[in-house]
Amino acid sequence: MSLFLAYLAVLAALLSAVVATIDGRSSWVDGLFGRVLARWPRQLERTRHSLAAEDYSARHRRLLFALLGGSGVAALLAGTGALASGSPLVDTLPFGLPWLSWHTRLDPLSGFFFCVLGLPLIAVSLFGPGYVREFEHGKHSLAGLGLFTGLFVAGMELVLLADDALSFMIAWELMSVASYFLVAFQHEHAANRRAAFLYLLMAVVGAIAIILAYGVLAGFGRGLTFDALRGASLSPLWASIAFVLALTGFGMKAGLVPLHAWLPEAHPVAPSHISALMSGVMLKIAVYGFIRFSFDLLDRILWQWGVLVLVVGSASAVLGILYALQQQNLKRLLAYSSVENIGIVFTALGLSLIFLSNGDTVLGTLGLVGALLHCLNHALFKSLLFLGAGAILHQTHEQNLENMGGLIHRMPKLANVFLVGTLSIAALPPLNGFVSEWLIFQTALQAGSIQSGVLRSLIPTASAVLALTSALAATCFVKVYGVAFLGLPRSGHIAHAKEVGQRGMLAGPALLAALCVLIGILPAPVINVMAGLTRQLTGADLGNISALGWLWLTPVAPEVASYAPALVVIGSVAVGWLCYYLLYRRTGLEPRRAEPWDCGFGGLTARMQYTSGAFSMPIRRIFQPAFEVQETLEESREGPAGTRVTALRYRFQVLDRAWLALYEPVGRGVVRLARWVGRLQTGNIRTYLGYSFFTLIFLLWVIS
Amino acid sequence: MDWIMAILEDLLFIAAAPLLAGWIKRVKCRLQNRKPPSLLQPYRDLLKLYRKQPILPHPASWIFRAAPYVVFAATVAAAGFVPLVAVDLPTARIADVIVLVGFFALARTFLVLAGMDIGTAFGGMGSSREMTIASLAEPAMLMAVFTLAMSAHTTNLSQAMNYVLDTGLVLRPSFVFALGGLMLVAIAETGRIPVDNPATHLELTMIHEAMILEYSGRWLALIEWASQIKLMLYGVLIANIFFPWGIARDFSPEALGLGVGMIVLKLGLLAILLVLSEAVFAKMRIFRVQEYLSFAYLLSVLGLLSHIILEAARVHH
Repeated sequence: MSLFLAYLAVLAALLSAVVATIDGRSSWVDGLFGRVLARWPRQLERTRHSLAAEDYSARHRRLLFALLGGSGVAALLAGTGALASGSPLVDTLPFGLPWLSWHTRLDPLSGFFFCVLGLPLIAVSLFGPGYVREFEHGKHSLAGLGLFTGLFVAGMELVLLADDALSFMIAWELMSVASYFLVAFQHEHAANRRAAFLYLLMAVVGAIAIILAYGVLAGFGRGLTFDALRGASLSPLWASIAFVLALTGFGMKAGLVPLHAWLPEAHPVAPSHISALMSGVMLKIAVYGFIRFSFDLLDRILWQWGVLVLVVGSASAVLGILYALQQQNLKRLLAYSSVENIGIVFTALGLSLIFLSNGDTVLGTLGLVGALLHCLNHALFKSLLFLGAGAILHQTHEQNLENMGGLIHRMPKLANVFLVGTLSIAALPPLNGFVSEWLIFQTALQAGSIQSGVLRSLIPTASAVLALTSALAATCFVKVYGVAFLGLPRSGHIAHAKEVGQRGMLAGPALLAALCVLIGILPAPVINVMAGLTRQLTGADLGNISALGWLWLTPVAPEVASYAPALVVIGSVAVGWLCYYLLYRRTGLEPRRAEPWDCGFGGLTARMQYTSGAFSMPIRRIFQPAFEVQETLEESREGPAGTRVTALRYRFQVLDRAWLALYEPVGRGVVRLARWVGRLQTGNIRTYLGYSFFTLIFLLWVIS
Repeated sequence: MDWIMAILEDLLFIAAAPLLAGWIKRVKCRLQNRKPPSLLQPYRDLLKLYRKQPILPHPASWIFRAAPYVVFAATVAAAGFVPLVAVDLPTARIADVIVLVGFFALARTFLVLAGMDIGTAFGGMGSSREMTIASLAEPAMLMAVFTLAMSAHTTNLSQAMNYVLDTGLVLRPSFVFALGGLMLVAIAETGRIPVDNPATHLELTMIHEAMILEYSGRWLALIEWASQIKLMLYGVLIANIFFPWGIARDFSPEALGLGVGMIVLKLGLLAILLVLSEAVFAKMRIFRVQEYLSFAYLLSVLGLLSHIILEAARVHH
């Protein structure tokens, strides 16, 4: 049943891709209906009427997203079914080469990621119809957008279903290539084309690493199916090679430092609902690939891998958020914050690997659960924030924080939904982001059980980095909310922004916000559902998680740590309401409206507010070595000998060090190599004849 | 019964916080050869603010009006998690020390958002500085409490205090480092000299005061009260984690009486220590604070490492 639902999800996504391509051909559809309904003139008239131009496009758009939403619902149901049943379902599809049919499998792990995919997809399908309307009459083809969105979603679902390396790679490439076209959707800007090319290039390089990783496994196994790969017994060296290749390939897609530089370029330039899917879901598919490869397929786990993942994850987390803090473009900031969150997920996975290699399956499971829960949480709040940014972009055509401000007065409903996302991603209790970080901290604090002193001191250091990361994340998102939604509007079009008109554009983010609150307050049921999954991967489950009841979280044991978010919320709300009642309702003293304090000079303007760049300036200065900051100060002077400064113009740009240190040298190297190879082509016929001659001689020598 | 005790303890916490603020002011006046106000002066100030009509600046949104309630509720909830006169209360179980840090962050976030809500330069300046300091202080604080958590094998504050009480007075280098780190963080987080000066209203130096510049009336009363509770919270954390002796382990009247007496004594002494340090040190400029806080962070990490290398190793052998 679950597997059938999963197929249904894929079919619905593919169908939406097909439906998208018949966009703008209402006459063709009309003709089809005319032929079918020729006998019933009344129905035909009604059909004709409903196919009338503008009506048709609205319906068409709605159908497109309804199919995507259907795919999301089916994926969610399939996922929950697979998680609940706890046993894998396998099937073989008659595609591909005769001796290499596609194997599919739906087990609790892929089921969990089906849920991670389904929830944001439902929200996107609610948000989408309103959002893409503006593309309809522009120079962009909605058909292309719909086609590649459908293929992209289908590709992600197929990756989760794949049970052999071949179909996995085909689905993986489908996902990558379809998303390339989505990144390149608004291709009239050179920057977007460049970002899309970079994305494609990195996707290809990553795919090569993944293929090689599978190749190493297949070399020791008896075939390409995952069952055969699981049976492969590798020496530690070959296993490590396969692991590093997989970490490179999947890490590149997930955006781990230092391979992340494509991510903040590519994610923001896609249409916002696609950015939500890319950041919220696609990165999780990469995490899925990594978990599948290292926890499931590889037959052993070495502690060195755990250390590697832990270090890479911690570096991604802290660098990601430091760079996010310095962005002025809202969507770019969100993309950098995805690097941070993926870093947190990999930190937890690293902890899990270390504990598992140490033979401590319960703690390994705890780390894994923390990582998976953070995946789900990040999928929810990052999609929510991207959709929110999309709504702002749709209403104001603005994504630069420096021009925003005061949107809470213009778009109050969106502001409230966005606030939930902000608090969640800042890892504040009682929301969901806090729960997963709390679990990861709890895992790290159990490091005392490890024998090796080096590891014992490494893990707390990683948790120190994690603590710094979560504090910086709070700073970053307080800045986003404070600069975009609070204060005074910094530009004219923001001052006249209107709340989004389409109900779906609010309903999508609101659904995600409700889930963020729900998981934050009642995390235990979500974690209990993962029991089958962890039994499959690590052979253990968190039996103690609800030792005190279903309202409680007790990851290790009740006396070690316990947290009851629901009770905390009830207590705090009671206190807050009591204060409100006593101080406001009882006194009835209404506040008096007045001007804010302006030091007595009068005339406060929006330009006197702290800007986004100013807000994060202390962090920029304190963490100076992490950034490459370019500052310019232009002065225009007047008067005798230029003594009077009439205007000052300050601008700064924060460049990514990974870009300068890793990408540019590689790029230069490739260009140099190409130039060197290019010397072969002299353009002189005699040289070419010479090449032919020597090749001939060489071949004759080889043959004889 | 347990829950009633817990609620009573939380109420005692809330009620006593202004008293501690009054005591600090009194000691400070004595030290500066001034005539001190009554110990009850903070209560009078709160009452005066409560009765005044608050002023709402024009650009304010609902965040500005809601923030004081959120800040107060979060701080009161945080106070509930920390054992004051007795351990083993159920409120210490519903949230551990990481949640406590999270609640401080929640309160701070709303205060910062409220500061940015008005759109004046002061609000933004205070908010930016507050978040910068917090993002350095919070990890240092977490590291300090993690040192304790790893020694006691728990993040539950009640259990941690029980552990220290059970093992008795052992001089652990990790605890000394963690205590130093936590004290430095406490000074930064509660906005005392040398990081911030609660008495200043000079534009260039204020941090906390810049954020709440627009608040008046009952809102200001709530925020002031919340920051008094927060100050006391840090005091209780330091006093009860590192020197838990005297805290009640059962609910007999004698034990509770001793618990109240001991915590009053400990807080009184800590307040004197705080005032002495405020008298000795001058306020730092803002870009010195990161050195101060990195020192706190370093102390805490050293504490953690010395626990792992020196103490945990001993357990294993």
